[in-house]
Amino acid sequence: MRVLAAMSGGVDSAVAAALAVDAGHDVTGVHLALSPDRQTLRSGARGCCSVEDAHDARRVADELGIPFYVWDLAERFTADVVDDFVAEYAAGRTPNPCLRCNEKIKFSAVLDRARALGFDAVVTGHHARLADGVLRRSVDAAKDQSYVLAVLTPEQLAGAVFPLGGMTKERVRAIAAERGFAVATKADSHDICFIPDGDTRGFLTRRLGEQPGPLVDAATGETVGEHSGAYGFTVGQRRGLGVSVGDQRPRYVLGIEPVSRTVTIGTADLAGVSEVRTGAPTWTGAAPRLPLRAQVQLRAHGAPVPCAVDATGDGGLAIALDTEQRGVAPGQSAVLYLPDAERGDRVLGQGPVTR
Amino acid sequence: MTYLDHAATTPVLPEVLAAMTEQLGRVGNASSLHASGRAARRTAEQARERLAAALGARPSEVLFTGGGTESDNLAVKGIFWARREADPQRRRIVTSPVEHHAVLDSVEWLAKHDGAEVTWLAVEPSGRVTPGALREALGDGTDVALASVMWANNEIGTVSDLAALAAVAHEAGVPLHTDAVQAVGQVPVDFGASGVDALTMTGHKLGGPMGAGALLLRRDASCMPLLHGGGQERDVRSGTLDVAAIVGLAVAADVAVAGREDRAERLAGLRDRLVAGVVRQVPDVQLNGAPLDDVLAGGPGRLPGNAHLSFPGAEGDALLMLLDAREVECSTGSACSAGVARPSHVLLGVGADADRARSSLRFTLGTTSTDADVDALLDVIAPVVERARRAGMSRS
Ligand SMILES: Cc1ncc(COP(=O)(O)O)c(C=O)c1O
Repeated sequence: MRVLAAMSGGVDSAVAAALAVDAGHDVTGVHLALSPDRQTLRSGARGCCSVEDAHDARRVADELGIPFYVWDLAERFTADVVDDFVAEYAAGRTPNPCLRCNEKIKFSAVLDRARALGFDAVVTGHHARLADGVLRRSVDAAKDQSYVLAVLTPEQLAGAVFPLGGMTKERVRAIAAERGFAVATKADSHDICFIPDGDTRGFLTRRLGEQPGPLVDAATGETVGEHSGAYGFTVGQRRGLGVSVGDQRPRYVLGIEPVSRTVTIGTADLAGVSEVRTGAPTWTGAAPRLPLRAQVQLRAHGAPVPCAVDATGDGGLAIALDTEQRGVAPGQSAVLYLPDAERGDRVLGQGPVTR
Repeated sequence: MTYLDHAATTPVLPEVLAAMTEQLGRVGNASSLHASGRAARRTAEQARERLAAALGARPSEVLFTGGGTESDNLAVKGIFWARREADPQRRRIVTSPVEHHAVLDSVEWLAKHDGAEVTWLAVEPSGRVTPGALREALGDGTDVALASVMWANNEIGTVSDLAALAAVAHEAGVPLHTDAVQAVGQVPVDFGASGVDALTMTGHKLGGPMGAGALLLRRDASCMPLLHGGGQERDVRSGTLDVAAIVGLAVAADVAVAGREDRAERLAGLRDRLVAGVVRQVPDVQLNGAPLDDVLAGGPGRLPGNAHLSFPGAEGDALLMLLDAREVECSTGSACSAGVARPSHVLLGVGADADRARSSLRFTLGTTSTDADVDALLDVIAPVVERARRAGMSRS
């Protein structure tokens, strides 16, 4: 196959590209320049888009003897991922930008362009198994990234190759070291590549400005404090609420109402939900017949929960959880898995949590 | 492999390789007083004379540097500083928006950090700077530290008439620097006859080594040093002379200038066939820069080996990648350090829109180019353009 290896400059995508070469594919490396302002990321940036990362990716490509180019997708990334991230928070939801990037950038803008230019597939260093069009969790449960790939359609998966799903991260680093890649010991990238200092609240404050509003206790309906922006909160959050309510029991964020900027908080007994609703789902294969029994994962590093899934009248999903869960945040994906201890849990698809 | 990127760098000439290899086998610092030093000095000075003769300069006007970038930095900053020191009123720099980044970024650095003011010259749609435009920008010249206008553009190959520009600059009492990196060996370049005060040239664009260049600087031009130290080059440039590189530079310049006329005719013929062949297969292709047969003050108005073309609806990046995969090597223009292609400042500078700038490719021919190279490109260009068009313009 003629494949395009997306090379972030990290160890995973470096080894993925190397394995694609070993597998006999005709490989071309591409580094995606995603930050609109590359200068600002030069200092201290860790993630997927600094100038150093482009250099690291190029070094590996040169060692592999494959052509290497930088594709400037900054405008698309800003519009489809960064602006979407800000807009979602502004609307009281909690987005997952990595999932959005896979959906809109890597397996859409990049894959489309690759196909138009005559490539058969895009190779990435994601930790997930993909064989015969079936997407499964990685053998390395701690590094599994199937959650952020669950949004991909069969058409997108047909153009994806994930060489690392069958091995542990430790093994990936060992392969990189054996091959003498300088990135073998490079630190893992942080969660959000466009917020290199990790201060999401500070980033959102810069983008959205201060938007003060009340913190309301659900039990009494009383205002128990002030906040400087509802976007600084996530449903289920416990720390950093900045209030203490009379009885001193821990409080959790129960809901965010963006128009009145009201953040509702409550005690643990109010924070659990037993049913999750989603918007229109996407499926990694043919749409399954509903209702069905499955497991659902409600955030990137969450534990899977057994559940019953059914369709709602408005095209979404109703997911009845066997055990109550806290921290089900609108905007996250509810990713459905069919457990399979032997071959890896199979990803069915996902729906965006609405409540 | 089909190498159509001679404006980026050129294969080292066999004569250059031989002369450099011989010199690398010898010991001697040209500043030492003993026999080995004297031998090195003699070799370096012979090279200086040979280079000067090839470019119509006097040997004392040749300052060896580490290449075109250093020469541009030295001329722009050094002349600016010297002229301002002589008269604090002189803070203005007059230059064109289509200069190489070695000039542009030096000028912008002075503007940002050292109080310089910049007047941007109007350029014609071909990329040429006219004497009239320079005259207008200089005004009475009393507040101008220097003017800098390139002899030939590295992207679109447009040549300006430096003798005419120097006359205008001198009427206003302003020194003129020119970046002639792409011009030397391609069009007639005579430093003395042109009247320019400072001229940048480099080795690796004419079959010489990388990291070796020169600034030709008139004796009466004052220029402050960037590199302080042993004062080896007229106290304007310090550093132990790299004798082997200097030898290579001089041989390359001599050979390139001596063979210029024949080569120019041959390359122009190949280039014209290349453009005609592309036009036949991709009828809506657009030529950037001056017309192929442009003439200027008796010489070519466009570098003979330069073809710069825009392919509407296709992205330069995609075209380059597809050609690279078919073993045809060319360029999209100047890439920034991170490898992110920005629309060329040269095309934007001559008034092209961003799409035209982003859809362009530069093919440049040189000593080793043959009919077979042109054929190799013509064999693949149509399907490559078609494919790139299918991939579209990602940002329009
Ligand atoms: C017009 C022009 N000026 C300056 C330079 C820089 O020369 P060098 O590569 O020797 O630093 C180049 C080459 O890239 C050039 O084309």
